Amino acid sequence: MTDVLEVAGRKLNSRLIIGTGKYETYEENAKAAEAAGAEMVTVAVRRVNLTDKDKPLLVDYLDPEKYIYLPNTAGCFTAEDAIRTLRLAREAGGWELVKLEVLSDQKTLYPDMEETLRAAKLLIKEGFDVMVYCSDDPVYARKLEDAGCCAIMPLGSLIGSGLGIMNPVNIRLIVEQSSVPVIVDAGVGTASDAAVAMELGCDGVLMNTAIAEAKDPILMASAMKHAVIAGREAYLAGRMPKKRYADPSSPLAGLI
Amino acid sequence: MDITVNGEKRRFEGPITVAGLLAALALQPRKIAVERNLEIVPKSLFDETALSDGDKIEIVQFVGGG
Repeated sequence: MTDVLEVAGRKLNSRLIIGTGKYETYEENAKAAEAAGAEMVTVAVRRVNLTDKDKPLLVDYLDPEKYIYLPNTAGCFTAEDAIRTLRLAREAGGWELVKLEVLSDQKTLYPDMEETLRAAKLLIKEGFDVMVYCSDDPVYARKLEDAGCCAIMPLGSLIGSGLGIMNPVNIRLIVEQSSVPVIVDAGVGTASDAAVAMELGCDGVLMNTAIAEAKDPILMASAMKHAVIAGREAYLAGRMPKKRYADPSSPLAGLI
Repeated sequence: MDITVNGEKRRFEGPITVAGLLAALALQPRKIAVERNLEIVPKSLFDETALSDGDKIEIVQFVGGG
């Protein structure tokens, strides 16, 4: 059975996308990406360090030929900042696939949906393939899809919080209404959270802190890989109905 | 002439192009992007784009991020 995640024409065998922030070293990051079986990684766009040129470069540890780089707009609080960042990312990398996030405030990093939708429309007009970080509001999710976003990426809970999937009902509503991939982005804390997202029918999970800030990031990356596969298979298998009372697993006939 | 690069004011003996600036800063033009006064300078134009006094240049690359 082939069960691939297709985003903007790219086919991925792995449904786990990982971030590349907060790791102790790029070397640890590369090992975690390997253990996670990730094929796509998010990256940030920042100023080149002019004074310390011996600082290690991400591209030397995570080969852009091997991993699909998904440039983000982390730290952008207006549509204009996000668009400027992604134009630079497109020039640096040479590809159109990007992750848009427009944030509202430092305390919650909650997405500013009005600005996000405005930025998405402008970016799509410029030819970008936009995977969009968004709230778990099904109405905005639909508007973003209607605008032409190639993946809807609602938060499970706040970025870096590790609180898991706070509103599974909304995530499920978004899954049911969407005809582009739905990827839970942010909030996953441990393996069971990733499995929950996948069991809800999400097409993938994007995480950073859950792996990077685990005591053993490489082991957690492996755990997340298995959780995403387990959750996906459980979703495809179709779970048994819940019942209020016991139903014996052993036959009642032939009891002594 | 004075050029602001990534927020730092630097003095260069002109004339200088974007390619010349990258060479002077010992930067490899690999997976980087250059913005001049908020306009992207395509890599193909690095050699012929001359900088002017007071230009604001941003040079960015990919770094780890979530």
